[in-house]
Amino acid sequence: MDWETWGLAAVGGLMIGAAAASLLALTGKTAGISGIVDGVARGEKSEFTWKLAFLLGLIAGGIGLLFTLPENVAEQGLRSLPVMAAAGLLVGVGTRMGGGCTSGHGVCGIGRLNVRSLVGTITFIVVGTLTVVAARMIGDV
Amino acid sequence: MGKPLIGFLCGLLFAFGLGVGQMTDPTRVIGFLDFFGNWDPTLMFVMGGAIAVYLPVWYILRGRKAFIGGKIIPKKLASQIDWRLFAGAGLFGVGWAIAGICPGPGIVLLARAHVDFIVFVGCMVAGMLLYSFALKPKQAKS
Repeated sequence: MDWETWGLAAVGGLMIGAAAASLLALTGKTAGISGIVDGVARGEKSEFTWKLAFLLGLIAGGIGLLFTLPENVAEQGLRSLPVMAAAGLLVGVGTRMGGGCTSGHGVCGIGRLNVRSLVGTITFIVVGTLTVVAARMIGDV
Repeated sequence: MGKPLIGFLCGLLFAFGLGVGQMTDPTRVIGFLDFFGNWDPTLMFVMGGAIAVYLPVWYILRGRKAFIGGKIIPKKLASQIDWRLFAGAGLFGVGWAIAGICPGPGIVLLARAHVDFIVFVGCMVAGMLLYSFALKPKQAKS
């Protein structure tokens, strides 16, 4: 690990913050990705268009990254397909039950000094850390 | 046209931020969660950078009208801390640590059109719908 990586990480963070803050300032909406995906999946009427546009922007950004920073974009998942499926299911149920993910709770919630989001963020980081320890003890998942 | 265009551009910038911060690399994310092993603080710098921009903007604008549509920028979010928050964040933490992918990077990684990411996101959406239609209490609104 080196300062260059951390500096770039902070720059990436500033860009994420700028994107989320712009959405808030211009439209009053929260850039919580799990809530946006959920809204589009449920066909939520009043919020559908901007949420779909945001997701298309994320994918367009991903395509842009393949041309500009392909080394930063994983080529494939780290786990077998059934494990990827199970992880996806857990992320889907968990983010809706807990009301947010890394962006909604971690950035926008903490960024609004919301205690609920701080508690949620600490919870998923602690549980995630324990999961990594458990996965190592069981052997690679 | 205003709101969808803003949504698209914010999504675009968000994705580039995730890419520059290497959050589109699951080994970085799992490295951050590997606190008792070979810890990788990259995610901490990304989250810190994002909050460093978001917090002052929210603080200045809270209670005022958004520039488009006139929605009031909320002062407070839902603040109840209940078992659902802990259970949900816990389930998310397990899935996040196994795959090294959370919803934002998951969508960005669809650009790879690789079956691993398509299956991950497909199951994530299925999980969200499962919660919304089968598990969520009827009176709860979120």
